[in-house]
Amino acid sequence: MKLMWFHLMPYTELPDDFNKKHPSVWVDIHSSLFDPRRAHHMYNDFMDELEYAAECGFDAICVNEHHSNGYGLMPSPNLIASSLARRTTDTAICVMGNSLALYNPPTRVAEEFAMIDCISGGRLIAGFPVGSPMDTCYAYGQNPSLLRDRYYEAHDLVKRAWTEKDTFAFSGRFNQQRYVNIWPRPIQNDPHPPIWIPGGGSIETWRWCAEMDYVYCYLSYYGYKAGLTTMQGFWKEMEKLGKDRNPYRAGFLQFVGVAESRQQALDLYTEPAEYFYGRCLHVDPRFALPPGYTTEGTQRAGIEGMMSKAANVANPATKAALKATNMKDIVDGGYVLIGSPDEVIEQIRHVGTSLNVGHLMLLLQYGNMSKDTTKYNTRLFAEKVMPHVKDLFSGWEDKWWPKPMASGQRAAVPAFRPQTVAAE
Amino acid sequence: MSDTATTTVEVNGFSCRVWTKGNGPKLGFLAGFGGLPRWVPFLDELARTRTVIVPSLPGYPGGGLGHTVLDTHLDWVLAVRRIVEKAGLAGADLVGASVGGAFAAELAAIFPGHVRKLALIAPFGLFDEADPAADPWAQRKDHVAGLMCADPAKWEALVAPPEGANSIEWPIEMTRASEAAARALWPLGNTRLEKRLGLIEAPTLVLWGDRDAVLPPSYAQKFAGGINGTTRVRTVAGAGHLAYLDQPEAVARTVLEHFS
Repeated sequence: MKLMWFHLMPYTELPDDFNKKHPSVWVDIHSSLFDPRRAHHMYNDFMDELEYAAECGFDAICVNEHHSNGYGLMPSPNLIASSLARRTTDTAICVMGNSLALYNPPTRVAEEFAMIDCISGGRLIAGFPVGSPMDTCYAYGQNPSLLRDRYYEAHDLVKRAWTEKDTFAFSGRFNQQRYVNIWPRPIQNDPHPPIWIPGGGSIETWRWCAEMDYVYCYLSYYGYKAGLTTMQGFWKEMEKLGKDRNPYRAGFLQFVGVAESRQQALDLYTEPAEYFYGRCLHVDPRFALPPGYTTEGTQRAGIEGMMSKAANVANPATKAALKATNMKDIVDGGYVLIGSPDEVIEQIRHVGTSLNVGHLMLLLQYGNMSKDTTKYNTRLFAEKVMPHVKDLFSGWEDKWWPKPMASGQRAAVPAFRPQTVAAE
Repeated sequence: MSDTATTTVEVNGFSCRVWTKGNGPKLGFLAGFGGLPRWVPFLDELARTRTVIVPSLPGYPGGGLGHTVLDTHLDWVLAVRRIVEKAGLAGADLVGASVGGAFAAELAAIFPGHVRKLALIAPFGLFDEADPAADPWAQRKDHVAGLMCADPAKWEALVAPPEGANSIEWPIEMTRASEAAARALWPLGNTRLEKRLGLIEAPTLVLWGDRDAVLPPSYAQKFAGGINGTTRVRTVAGAGHLAYLDQPEAVARTVLEHFS
């Protein structure tokens, strides 16, 4: 099993009365809440944490893209990833990802990802999300009715830009470029860097991932219990399509808090978890469903699903139930796994096997968790949990993992010592 | 609607429903936000003295999935032109409301021979940063009815599933109508119509509900000021954005006076 360390980069100083005074953490969150001088420290802490996770031996460090968002300070994850490429050596760099339809022209993504792949020596995982409604349709003004078609076309263009050897003309429905010829080109060119698709639970996305042979990632904030139905649906669809059950076809996001004991974990992680599920997920529902964002096929499946659930009494994983903001419900609901190392090992093995997920993306920093606590959580997980879960799925080959240059062929990155230079 | 004829016209390979009722000179109606999932009393008022012809716009109830092949504003305008022609409305009087109003204005501007007299009921197409329109696609569910109509019950009655409606397909069709409007007008409803208003030569009525919560009534003057033909502005009391649902009689009376 691959253990991947994911950062959302939440603003850590939203006020206690945020939910009362402000309608939304996303889209129209007020500028007065953002202190750039405090953000200077947050960014540097977050980047320290990502680098620390790499030092601790996680298989990958992961960043993602959000806009106008109080819990995601990375409008450009590529900026962070390029810095991480210089300050880490062997860890995969997972950009999860670039919302393709937001880039004009989309070849910008092909170029920037190729840069990161070159700088890092071929360690890039290229994530291509459609992007949330809040990011794409509201913050970035994209038309919800055209978004998916634009996304698929941008995907085709980026892939061709990576793989075609000669300059070509692209005459698409939304993009027209006379001369497509990106420089630089990715190191991973057999045929291109691994492509992973973060998505919701739509059958269309599952089928597309299977057809293209991409990794499907279910990045829910609500943990493995709520994610079980979705992942079971995914594997059922793979079986229908004649695909094997290689767990590395899938990725899954899970919050974790590990400490010496369960009580200590509760003491340490209650505040940051409640900050995240309370303040960070305080999103105005008016930004949730721009018409056309959800395909009619998915709407149909959703309405049918709701009807059958209503008929089969309560399913604890229904969206209505996903509102817990106090630690007891957060833990009971499986949003955050907590406990001693042994307890967390057991839970992680259960998550891996029950969901059949080979790429586990871990959120070990969340909400307003301090750098010290984050490093503690990260180190304890790396030392006491990781060695006891890595063996999972050892019989399967991960065909979707980066293939970097041999370490002996890669550039030596000199240590960064500003103090020394100043002293000279 | 017992004596209403329902036919279809085909545009871009998709069929659009056309309702026809009444006698007298032809009068076309392009509906507003939400389209016409059912017949409404406003159409009966018009049909007393006119042959009312009501084509659905692509993606609206009765308009199927025709919106899915319309990528640009030009695609939309040409689709509406062909629907109007195939419905036999070229050269007739034309009423357009809300979303339909934006397209009625385009037809009158770009194909002046297609519209004899024009009536615009709170049309989309302009946007004023100093007096911004509401965002109809960023609303909590329980706010939509009050945004569309002065009397929310009028909107609720428009979109309520009729007896025997398919409980899965009906809500999808209602969402599709909103999607079609979004596809044409996202994000501001600004189609740069301002550049073409000066081409409108047809005598034009600009009608606004005094309680329009989507498009500020001040926009009426912007339309009137930009249109080249003779223009009259009328405000209807007690009417919201979809004034023809709130005050069917008053709106129909004002429209028919203009066309007479």
